Amino acid sequence: MFVSFWNKLSVNQKLAITAWLFLAVPIVFYVCIRFYPTFEAFYVSTFKWNLLGAKKYIGLRNYEKIFADEDFWLVLLNTFKYAGLGVPISLFIAFCVAYFLNEITRWHDFIRALYFIPFLTTAVAMAWVWKWFYQPMPIGYFNFFLNYLGIPQQPFLKSVTQGLYSIMAPAVWAGLGFQVVIFIAGIRAIPRSYYEAAEIDGAGRWQILREITLPSLKPTVIFLTVVSTIGFLRIFDQVYSMTTNGDGGPLSSTKPLVLMIYEFAFDEFKIGRASALTVILFVILLAISMFQLWLMRKKP
Amino acid sequence: MHKYIKKPIVALAAGIVALSASLASAVEIEYWQYTYASRVKAIDTLIESFEAANPGITVKHTHFPYADYRKKVAIAVSAGDGPDVVQLYYGWLNDYRDSGLLQPLSKEAFPHSSIESDFFPMVSTMKVDGDYWGLPTAVRALALFYNKDLFAAAGLPGAPETLDQMVEYAKKLTKKDSDGNNEIVGYATDGGAGQEHHFVREVLTRLYGGAPYSDDGKTVTYNDAAGAKALKFLTDFQMTHKTGASGFMNRGQDAFKAGKAGMVLDGSFRINTFEKAEDLNFGIAELPGHEGNRFNFASYWINGISSKAEGEKLAAANKFLHHITSDAAMQLWLDTVGELPAKPAIALTDENQAHPYFGPFIRGLGYATATAFVSEQPQRQAIIDAIDMVTLQGASPSDALNKVAKDEQEVLDEYYDN
Repeated sequence: MFVSFWNKLSVNQKLAITAWLFLAVPIVFYVCIRFYPTFEAFYVSTFKWNLLGAKKYIGLRNYEKIFADEDFWLVLLNTFKYAGLGVPISLFIAFCVAYFLNEITRWHDFIRALYFIPFLTTAVAMAWVWKWFYQPMPIGYFNFFLNYLGIPQQPFLKSVTQGLYSIMAPAVWAGLGFQVVIFIAGIRAIPRSYYEAAEIDGAGRWQILREITLPSLKPTVIFLTVVSTIGFLRIFDQVYSMTTNGDGGPLSSTKPLVLMIYEFAFDEFKIGRASALTVILFVILLAISMFQLWLMRKKP
Repeated sequence: MHKYIKKPIVALAAGIVALSASLASAVEIEYWQYTYASRVKAIDTLIESFEAANPGITVKHTHFPYADYRKKVAIAVSAGDGPDVVQLYYGWLNDYRDSGLLQPLSKEAFPHSSIESDFFPMVSTMKVDGDYWGLPTAVRALALFYNKDLFAAAGLPGAPETLDQMVEYAKKLTKKDSDGNNEIVGYATDGGAGQEHHFVREVLTRLYGGAPYSDDGKTVTYNDAAGAKALKFLTDFQMTHKTGASGFMNRGQDAFKAGKAGMVLDGSFRINTFEKAEDLNFGIAELPGHEGNRFNFASYWINGISSKAEGEKLAAANKFLHHITSDAAMQLWLDTVGELPAKPAIALTDENQAHPYFGPFIRGLGYATATAFVSEQPQRQAIIDAIDMVTLQGASPSDALNKVAKDEQEVLDEYYDN
């Protein structure tokens, strides 16, 4: 029966069915491991549930509790600090590196590889090495260096004011390689003729950078901004590995949203509250992605 | 030819039937704990002796890394799977009990009168709503580890006996370079991490005449003058005496292991770690007292029977629980794992009390209390936060305690209001 049905189809129909069969695999996969849990999180966020016992429907109580929690606002602020400072800083550094790296031909590949290696390294391993750098004397390199210069030791990770920036630094460094590579690709995609025309017209180096290179890189910048914003908003590994007991301390001053979700879910077993936080994070990420689509649509 | 093949086959088949019949009558129960080499070895030894004494019962021993342990138990049991006998931290009992994971120990198999006469009194925390929910093999207490070489170099006779002496000794032990950087810290503080938050809650607060919680455990009471003195005592090591800094050499135990700390506070399970450090000549002493009093903090892991065990398996689980909480099991646990027997009769033998390493811990058990945690993580964080507020933000100890007491009270209310 199937064979007779199959034989009646046109070649195009057969092709379409075959294509859909292959596409079905990733679609089913995504629906099961991405979309289903996402909607499940919406559902669970209206319950009080400790993973073991029965779920108890409590409506929006989880959200009310979250919004009434001082810590949540601190954690949200931290999360936006990571993104709000981490993204511009890392993009600026990445652009400078890419710009100058593009000018040189000698050692180009080697230097680019050096920048790219941290991106390939496990975040946890890297975070531990940095944690060691930040130690007080006699272990920490940074403090040893400061002491050598006659500057007093700094607390770094043990400080409510320096902690967040101390964790942001390795996160910026880790993402740099990826951004540099994308920037170099972007720079190389700019037609040579633009530069030649500018040179003939007598434009200076600074003018060329401002009038040609930067505007032509707009799609690259938007892409990297969105990708790294989402990356920084989801920061977890570095904070979990670099703070004492992975608690995002001292005094929650380095705790990002994802770590708070993790604590609610797996330390306190408040699965409903954790799901509600997940939904909040989802909404934030969705809003940013939508904003990106809107920016991309407007042609320069 | 045929019959030569047939006969052995028939015999083999009969054998298989007989074997499977005997297997069917055998009971297999599952035991779960977290992965820790010496604990795994101790349980394996106990399973061996149990199976030899109880033919027909086999015990399947499963263990996971500590980091995943709670999650895996919760997920397995909520999926209707999991262990018959399970090891859990005493502070998690309420979470597990409320979720219907555990069943109460039967009064016939484990008479209350014998539990109460045989075990240390702190085990009474495991009696909820008139039933016992689990029994420990071993208990843990705190003690002061001190570096004998550094003490000798500073001309100190032995471990401090009182809080005042502890401060005085810490000052004498501390060494700084010309720029004022720590080279050796007198007392290696962890800012409340590790075991130190227990020290503030159950030891220092009580030494200064207070109590961390009301008698029914439902109200936070450490936010008073006694609690403030306790917090001040600990934070003064960093703030006033400058005899230690949280984070020096990473953790207190690391500083001590490297011979860069005069004193550190820890549990008996750390003995092993320090023994492995080659050039470390250390001693162990009871926690210092104050005005003639001494207090200590005890904690333990209990073995409970999951609600899944029924009928034959329940009977087997009861037998196994008896076996792993027997006197012999406790001595084995002390020798293998380094945790202290949960029965005074086994712990307080002359030999154990006089032991240079176990002795101070065992003597500490006599005056130890166990916090009735409802949710350990946020309650631990409360004390750590109070210490950070004082050391990093310059808050006064009483302000800091008032603030965290409010947070912790919310955790307690949320639990008891259910």
